[in-house]
Amino acid sequence: MKSAVIVFPGSNCDRDIAVTLEKVTGQAPAMVWHRDSTLPEGLGLIAVPGGFSYGDYLRSGAMAANSPIIADVKKKAEAGVLTLGICNGFQVLTECGLLPGALIRNRDLKFVCRDVNLSVERTDTAFTGKYTGGQVIRIPVAHHDGNYFADNETLDRLESNGHVAFRYCNDNGKVADEANPNGSARNIAGVFNETRTVLGLMPHPERLADERLGGQDGVPMFESLLEQLS
Amino acid sequence: MTIENASITADDIASHGLTEDEYQLALDILGGREPNMVELGIFSVMWSEHCSYKSSKKWLKTLPTEAPWVICGPGENAGVVDIGYGLAAIFKMESHNHPSFIEPFQGAATGVGGILRDVFTMGARPVANLNALRFGAIDHPKTKHLVAGVVGGIGSYGNCVGVPTVGGEVNFDPAYNGNILVNAMTVGLADQNRIFYSAASGPGNPVIYVGSKTGRDGIHGATMASAEFDEDTEEKRPTVQVGDPFTEKLLIEACLELMATDTIVAIQDMGAAGLTCSSFEMCSKGGTGIELDLDAVPIREEGMTPYEIMLSESQERMLMVLQPGKEHIAQAIFEKWELDFAIVGHVTDTGRMVLKKGGASVADMPIDPLAEASPEYDRPWVPTEKAEVVPSDSVKHGDWTESLKKLIGAPDLASRRWVWEQYDHMVMGDTVQRPGGDAAVVRIHGSERGLAITSDCTPRYVKADPFEGGKQAVAETFRNLTATGARPLAVTDNLNFGNPEKPPIMGQLVEAVKGIGAACTALDTPVVSGNVSLYNETDGQPILPTPTIGAIGIIDSLDNTATVAFKGDGDAVLLVGGPDDISGGWLGQSLYLRELHGVEMGAPPPVDLFQERKVGDAVRGLIQNGDIDTCHDVSDGGVAIALTEMALSGDIGVTIDIGADVSAPWLFGEDQGRYIITCIADRLTTVTSTFENEGILVRQIGTTGGDSISFTGDASIGLSTLRDFHEGWFPDYMAA
Amino acid sequence: MAKATVHVTLKNGVLDPQGKAIQHALETLGFSGINGVRQGKYIELDLAETDSEKTQSAVTDMCEKLLANTVIETYRIEVSE
Repeated sequence: MKSAVIVFPGSNCDRDIAVTLEKVTGQAPAMVWHRDSTLPEGLGLIAVPGGFSYGDYLRSGAMAANSPIIADVKKKAEAGVLTLGICNGFQVLTECGLLPGALIRNRDLKFVCRDVNLSVERTDTAFTGKYTGGQVIRIPVAHHDGNYFADNETLDRLESNGHVAFRYCNDNGKVADEANPNGSARNIAGVFNETRTVLGLMPHPERLADERLGGQDGVPMFESLLEQLS
Repeated sequence: MTIENASITADDIASHGLTEDEYQLALDILGGREPNMVELGIFSVMWSEHCSYKSSKKWLKTLPTEAPWVICGPGENAGVVDIGYGLAAIFKMESHNHPSFIEPFQGAATGVGGILRDVFTMGARPVANLNALRFGAIDHPKTKHLVAGVVGGIGSYGNCVGVPTVGGEVNFDPAYNGNILVNAMTVGLADQNRIFYSAASGPGNPVIYVGSKTGRDGIHGATMASAEFDEDTEEKRPTVQVGDPFTEKLLIEACLELMATDTIVAIQDMGAAGLTCSSFEMCSKGGTGIELDLDAVPIREEGMTPYEIMLSESQERMLMVLQPGKEHIAQAIFEKWELDFAIVGHVTDTGRMVLKKGGASVADMPIDPLAEASPEYDRPWVPTEKAEVVPSDSVKHGDWTESLKKLIGAPDLASRRWVWEQYDHMVMGDTVQRPGGDAAVVRIHGSERGLAITSDCTPRYVKADPFEGGKQAVAETFRNLTATGARPLAVTDNLNFGNPEKPPIMGQLVEAVKGIGAACTALDTPVVSGNVSLYNETDGQPILPTPTIGAIGIIDSLDNTATVAFKGDGDAVLLVGGPDDISGGWLGQSLYLRELHGVEMGAPPPVDLFQERKVGDAVRGLIQNGDIDTCHDVSDGGVAIALTEMALSGDIGVTIDIGADVSAPWLFGEDQGRYIITCIADRLTTVTSTFENEGILVRQIGTTGGDSISFTGDASIGLSTLRDFHEGWFPDYMAA
Repeated sequence: MAKATVHVTLKNGVLDPQGKAIQHALETLGFSGINGVRQGKYIELDLAETDSEKTQSAVTDMCEKLLANTVIETYRIEVSE
C-alpha cells in the first residue's frame, strides 16, 4: 500500500503515523513536505497527521490548509484517493473544505490527553471494515480544539447520510454526555465526506496500535485500509 | 581603545547587583578603566548567582560526578550518560521559579523551552519532559491561579513541541506562598558519536545566530533570579519572556538536521543572560576570543541598544560556531525551516570579547580573567538542629479507615490526573508507562529497551534534617526507578533554597548537598548536571529547602518490567525491607501526623544507604528475572497509601493480615527503603528465599482480591469510596 | 499607507466556551448585570495600498481565505488612513 504523510511546520505526530503505517502495511510512507506542490503518483492513502501545524496560531489547521501541497491533496482526495486526517489533520481537512464543520475549543477550555471509548458507527467503509458493528474501541485523544461544531442542518445531514464515523461513548457503548471529552456536537469524534473516502477524527488510532503501549484498538483501521488497497 | 566612558555611578553598580568588592575586581580586570554600561551589564550577569554559582560552587564540587558510564558530567548544557548500543541519554533539570511566580503561564512555558534547548543543543532529540512543581497553601488566594497558569503553560509548550510530558511532582506548602518552584527536566537521546559541546575553537571560524529575533524581553532575568522578592517585584513584569513553542519545534528539527551534517564546531543555547552568557561561556571553554557585530543580530524592535541586545533573554535562540565555508549548508537548513539565520561574528585568538556597533567598539573585555575571577564565596553556615524522634504513641490514633480516606484525598497525595491529562504524555509513540506510577517508562525508539525517569524530593524531611533529607531525595529516585525494573544510572540536581547569606539557610544547602553526595556515592548514581536557585524568599520567609532530584535508569528488556497495579486475585502481597517491627513505624515528619493530627514534628525517617542498595538490587533482580511484575515503593503516607494506590491502579482490592491488630503507625509510618510487591503462589518460595538469602526482611502482609481494602479482624473500606476521595480532590479544588 | 483592523468573533449560535468562562470569572469578581460575553480576535494590518475601496476588498478576501473560518466565525473590517 503506497501512502504519503504530509509534514507541516509544527506537525508532531508525523513520525507516529509513519511508524504505524509501516508496521501494519509493511511499507514506509512517503513523507511529503508542505511546500511541495505535488504528491507522489499512485498513492492509496494520504495521511494528514496530528500536531500543532503553525503552532495552532490564528486557528488550528487554518494556515496549514493554505499550504502549497493542499491543492494537490484536495485534487487527489476529490478524485477518490483515501484521505485520513487525525487530530490536527482533521482540523486541516475541515479548514480546507474537504470535510464539513469545524473544531473549536474544548468545552472545559483545557487540553485533554486520555483514552476515550468510541463507538464504531459503521463498518462498511474503507477505514472501518475490520471493526465489528457496534464495537466499542479505546483510543487516546490529545487536543485543545476538538469540539466538533456544525449547524443543525449539517449535523442532521451527516447523521441521515451515515457520515458520522465515530462517537464518544461510555464503556458499554452508550453515547452519553459524560463520555464526551470536549463537548462535541452529538458526541461526534470523526466524520466522513460524502463518498466516505475522506475520514477526519480527533482521536489518535496510531497511538494504540502496539501492545507495548497498552492497546491495539487502532490497528484494525490500518488493516482495513490495507485490505481495501491491496 | 575607543570605549566611551559612561561614568558609572554607585547606583548603577548597586542596581546591577554587584558588591563594592566585585566592582573593584571588575576595574582590575579592565586594567583600571571604568566599564561602560554594556560592560557593567556583562559583569553583572556573568557574576550573578544564577550564572556563577558563587554561593554553592564550593559545595557542588564535593558531589560525585564520575562513573564509567558518564560521558559528560556537570559544566556543559546537560549531562551525558552511556546507555549502551552506541546511544547516550542527555538530561538536566532546571528551575524557572521567579518568572513563573510573576507570570505563571509564560514563566512555566519558557522554563520548559529552556530545558529542552539545553538538551537538544547537545545533539539529542528530546524524548521526555518532567516537571516538579511546589505551590503555596491551598487556601492562599494566589495558589489556584498559579496552579492553573503553570500547568497550562507547561502543557501549551510541551504539547506543541511534541515532546511527551510523562511525570513530575506537585506539592503544596505555605512556605511556597511567595515563591513557587517550577523545576523542569528534559531527557533526550543521541548517538554517542554525534554529541555537541560548547567550546568555541578555531580563530576565524564564523559565529552564527539562529532562531527567533532578539527583543527587549527578560532583560536582567539572571539578576532577578538572584535576588529576594519584595512587594515591588511584581511591578517588574516586562522582564518576563514569552515562549514560542512553534519556533522551538522548528529549531529542534533544524538543529538536528544540521547536526547530521559535519558542520558544527560548537553550539550553545541563549538562556539566562542571552547572548552575553552564551558567547562568553563558549569562548571561556574554548580558550578563545570573540568579535561580534551587533548590527548583524536579528532584532525584533527598533532602536535596541548594545546593552539590550547583549542582555535580552528572548527565547528560542541559539549561537553556534561553524566550520569555515560551511555557512551555506546551515543557511539552507534554517531557511527551509523559516528561522532567522545570521553570521554575527567570528572566533578570535585574542582571548577578548569585542562588541561592535556602527563600526565602533562598544565593549572590549578579557574573557578568562573575568571567568576566573568569578567570585566564589565560602558563606558562613550553621547546621540545622536535630529534632527528637517522635514515639509512635505520641498521638491518639483514630479509626484507620477514616485516616486512610482523609490521606488518600489529601492535597499532597490525591491523584494528579487533573494535571497530567493536560499534558500530551503519549506523543512520539513510546510512552510505555504513563504518569501515575513510580517512574515513567519511555521506550528507546526502535528498540525493546526503555528509559525510566523520575523526580523526587520530600522538602519537609529536608527542613527537619537537611542531610537525611538530601539522602532521602536521591534514595527515593533510586527506589522509584528500581520499582519499574530499571537500573538507576545518574541524577540531575535542582537545588532550590532561600537566601544563602543567612547562615541557617546556607547550612541547609551545605548539609543537603552532603546528603545528596553520600547517597549518590552509595547508590552509584553520579550527579551529571544540575542547577541552583537561591534567594527563594519573600519578605524574609524562605521556602522549604527543596533539592529536587531527577534521575534516569535503563531497562534492558521491556518484557521484564513492573508497574504499581495489582494484576490478579489471590496474589501474595509482600512488604520488603525496612525495620521488622509491626507495631511501630516512623511517624516523625509523616503526612499522617500533618494531615490527621495537624503537627509537623520530629526527625524524618533515616535512610540506611547500604540497606537501600541491597534491597533495591534484590527487588530489581526479581523483576528482571520475570519473577514479579508488580512493585511499588513505600513513601509518603506509608504502607496503607502504597497499598491503596496499587489497588486503585489495578482495580483489585487487598486483605491485610499481619497476625496482629491494626496499628496506625505501621499503616502510615514512613520508614525508608521499603517496597511492596506481589507474586503468584507458584513463585512465592523463590521470591521470599531470594530476599532471605540476602538477609533482607520480607513479610507477607496480605492477599489481593475483592473490591475493598480490609484488615483481617477489623474494618474494610471500598475501592470506589477511596477512588472518589483520591480522584476527586484536585478537580474539586480547581473548580471551586 | 492604510491600516485595516479586522475583528473576528464566533457566530451567534456557536458555543463560545471562552466567552462563558470570562463571564463566569467577571461574575465571581462581583460584576453583575452581564448578559453575555463573546470573545474573539483582533487583527491589525499595515498595508501599502492607499485606495480604501481596494483595501476593503483585499482584506475581505483575506478574511474569507484565512483570517476567519466562516463556518463558525464572522468578521468585521475597518479601514483607516
